[in-house]
Amino acid sequence: MTLNAFLFQILNGLSAASGLFLIAAGLSLIFGVTRIVNLAHGSLYMLGTYIAYTFATKIGGVTGFWGGIVATALIVGVIGALIEIVLLRRIYRAPELFQLLATFALVLVINDAALWLWGPADLLGPRAPGFRGAIEILGRRLPSYDLFLIVIGPLVLLALHLTLSRTRFGRLIRAATQDREMVGALGVNQAVLFTSVFALGAALAGLGGALQIAREPANLATDLIALGDAFVVVVVGGMGSIPGAYLAAVIIAEVKALCVGIGVVDFGFVTINFSKFTLVAEFLVMAIVLIARPYGLLGKAQGAVRSIAEPEEPIRPATPLLKALGAVVLVLLVCLPLLAQSTYFGSPYLLVLGIDVLIAIIFAASLHFIMGPGGMHSFGHAAYFGLGAYGAALLVKWLALPFGAALVAAPLLALAGALLFGWFAVRLSGVYLAMLTLAFAQIVWAAVFQWEGFTGGSNGVIGVWPPPPFDKSWVYFLLTLVLAVAAVLLLRRVLFAPFGYAMRAGRDSALRAEAIGIDVKRVHWLGFAIAGLICGVAGGLFAFAKGSISPETIHINRSIDGLVMVLLGGVQTLTGPIVGASVFAVLQDTVMRQTEYWRALMGAIILVLVLAFPQGIVGAFAALWRKAGGRT
Amino acid sequence: MRPTHYMLALATALGCAFAAPAFAQDTIKIGELNSYKAQPAFLEPYKRGMELALEEINGKGGVLGKKIELIVRDDGANPGEAVRVAEELVTREGVVMLTGTFLSNIGLAVTNFAGQKKVFFLASEPLTDKITWADGNKYTYRLRASTYMQTAMLMPAAIAANAKRWAIVYPNYEYGQSAAATFKDMLKKAQPGAEIVTEQAPPIGKIEAGAVAQAIDDAKPDAIFNVLFGADLTKFVREGNTRGVFKNRTVVSLLSGEPEYLDPLGEETPVGWIATGYPWDKIKTPDHVAFLTAYQKKFNDYPRLGSIVGYTTIKSIAAGLAAAKSTDTEKLVEAFKGLSVTGPFGTFTYRASDHQATMGAYVGKLALEKGKGTMIDVKYVDGASVLPSDADTKKLRPSAD
Repeated sequence: MTLNAFLFQILNGLSAASGLFLIAAGLSLIFGVTRIVNLAHGSLYMLGTYIAYTFATKIGGVTGFWGGIVATALIVGVIGALIEIVLLRRIYRAPELFQLLATFALVLVINDAALWLWGPADLLGPRAPGFRGAIEILGRRLPSYDLFLIVIGPLVLLALHLTLSRTRFGRLIRAATQDREMVGALGVNQAVLFTSVFALGAALAGLGGALQIAREPANLATDLIALGDAFVVVVVGGMGSIPGAYLAAVIIAEVKALCVGIGVVDFGFVTINFSKFTLVAEFLVMAIVLIARPYGLLGKAQGAVRSIAEPEEPIRPATPLLKALGAVVLVLLVCLPLLAQSTYFGSPYLLVLGIDVLIAIIFAASLHFIMGPGGMHSFGHAAYFGLGAYGAALLVKWLALPFGAALVAAPLLALAGALLFGWFAVRLSGVYLAMLTLAFAQIVWAAVFQWEGFTGGSNGVIGVWPPPPFDKSWVYFLLTLVLAVAAVLLLRRVLFAPFGYAMRAGRDSALRAEAIGIDVKRVHWLGFAIAGLICGVAGGLFAFAKGSISPETIHINRSIDGLVMVLLGGVQTLTGPIVGASVFAVLQDTVMRQTEYWRALMGAIILVLVLAFPQGIVGAFAALWRKAGGRT
Repeated sequence: MRPTHYMLALATALGCAFAAPAFAQDTIKIGELNSYKAQPAFLEPYKRGMELALEEINGKGGVLGKKIELIVRDDGANPGEAVRVAEELVTREGVVMLTGTFLSNIGLAVTNFAGQKKVFFLASEPLTDKITWADGNKYTYRLRASTYMQTAMLMPAAIAANAKRWAIVYPNYEYGQSAAATFKDMLKKAQPGAEIVTEQAPPIGKIEAGAVAQAIDDAKPDAIFNVLFGADLTKFVREGNTRGVFKNRTVVSLLSGEPEYLDPLGEETPVGWIATGYPWDKIKTPDHVAFLTAYQKKFNDYPRLGSIVGYTTIKSIAAGLAAAKSTDTEKLVEAFKGLSVTGPFGTFTYRASDHQATMGAYVGKLALEKGKGTMIDVKYVDGASVLPSDADTKKLRPSAD
């Protein structure tokens, strides 16, 4: 690469950075003030691309394009305000992170709404009036629109900076980012503040989307891509820091542009195509930054959040009633193979679904173990599922290990991964911990995806079926049942052991726990490792149940599914993950079969559940039970 | 805590699972699974194609005296999910065969499932060579021309360009990787002097289009081989056009002439690219005209390539069932060997040697007419003409039969 080519790629990177910054700034603002992890942020961005496309093509010309961009930002801002008022405001008192569930449902609904409104085809907008051509720089042609983007990013940064530092609104935002309860106590109307911040953040997402229509087609995949990018930028820059977001956007975009620019390099003994590394580059940057600077480049330690949710009940051992019911369920499950064979309502599919539900239960229970009692919100639990699944499949494929040995070895691999990643992760807390786990999970995913020779790349590993007698679904079901029951009981046992108390003590007050001699970091690290180990069991079972494993199975979607299961069931209860996983897995199976717009239906059902059970399904029933005077 | 709600959830779960649909004995059930939500641009027209074929076949009384009933499922764009859906179709719905899939890895997972559970599977769209070759099995057939075939169809044009310096750009997953590998292989054989000066392999759906276009330009190639499609292609073409990357360079491109990927380009269509595709308004064969008329009459819209694939899939299944005179899996496997089917692209056969259909594709030059992308100088390339011989095929299928 010549010097000119290098410098020119830096310009390319800068224009990409502006795009990244606009998506990320809104997310950062919203999180800073409301502490909501807004999964629908990418969807708002996508709406921006579609709405701006409509203006640019239906009205057309300068008004349609440039006027359309402004109008789009306003419209998406209004949509954001509506989401906050109609939906999120109702669930601020729910346990931390619960709002994530609502925004997850919105992702599903908005995607199907866009499909319904704009159709399935990609829609490429016109070139920007006034910026159609290219400008000659360094002997190369740079699109003039890229130059415009290079300028607009810092301009928006400046405008936001002035708003935050010079206006009363900005002062309130900064104050709320530091301590929102205190802001409320001083008489500021929090409802209005939250709504306006959400609207501003949404408008920025809409603006970001609208500005991209001259460069990329509006399409239905952009929501999750934009969301992923935005998360990385926000975390690298520091949650709530706008200049940090710009800095992070520049670093990430430049690293990617340079990877592309370097291209294929022959080192003599090995040839590396750097253009393939754009996939993993951003997550490597994120992991490095979080390890070196736990609060991001320009972030500060998260202000104390005094939860406005109901205080959490301490966990108690199972009552005789619960034990009896558990036994009944267990007996029913053991009889399931017989039921499945009966001609009246049986179908062998019952067992297939049963296996999936049980695997989901192990997955969700292990996530809940660190998320609820451990207080460590892992956004990357799929990594340990993946290590287990790939571990089992690859041991069979490369070492021809027998089924049993592979199933035992799989969790050990997940354990090793959890020990490694957990060691770094427990040094952080709150959303930074969540994001570091996400970064690790994405690195695992990207490694699996890129390392074709070993992992099979995008195809994954196929043909790993269990040997007889486990090839019969009823035998495999019983095996899964035994392991699932063992896993759930083991996790429960650990929680009622001194170790479990120590873990919860560390969650509730790290300072006091340290004072009475608990090594909080170590306890949490071990908790993390146990969760990884158990999750690996689920992964191994999954690989053999499906006969194959591929990168999709361990993608971020699975991590999010896990969060949804735990939150749906109720994060503050011990049976919550079991119920949440069962409901989610069965719901997914049923809903996917029902309708063309199954995602919207799924989203709508989750929204109803969210509004009806703000503490999760089990949490809500438990609260009712307590109200009625029962003991839990 | 109160556990009754767990029972409630479980009861609901069981209830849903038990609610098996009533069995209709007078239909032949075909199970179809595809990534409808992930790939709607291709698969919505595909679904319409299937509907049209189904209407035609059932209108004439179906096959074997029964109507064909299609049970369509979304596979969640995820191989694990796809295997579960396949199992559901087989065990609960009692389908006699499986068909569908779009993405290569899902096609492979279902192929493997079909081999393991001895279920007949007609892969309609996934392009990976492995479905019929490396990982092929007795129970799996494939309709669509594979990556290898599509690349081979473009080779005459690539060789005619007589370029010394080639750049390759492909999405970094199975389809892109195998297309690039096949291309390099064939180029080396035909023109040993040609050199690959750069290879860009952006992640699918996440191309840094400006940087990639620039890196290709900086490598100063004489010609470019493109495997990108969808949103990646659209972004790459706009950046490349603005930056003058395609000027005076031969570009040979896979799939870019398919309406699914060509139409979004509109005025941005890169004129002169040599591509495989489906110029629906330029094909005047009687088979295609009949299909086109029926399709436009039913849907008031023009067909995309997906429509062709969906339509021909169902036609193939009907022909296979008629030839097998049974819904028995083993008989179907036998019946598809050398089965001859007539679709909009004319008559083709399912090869007995590797279970690949010889349905071909159109090759032509991209052009701009009235602000819309189209193809000119189109020529139909028969799939049989680009496939290796039956004897060579045997070596490619180690695990089959």
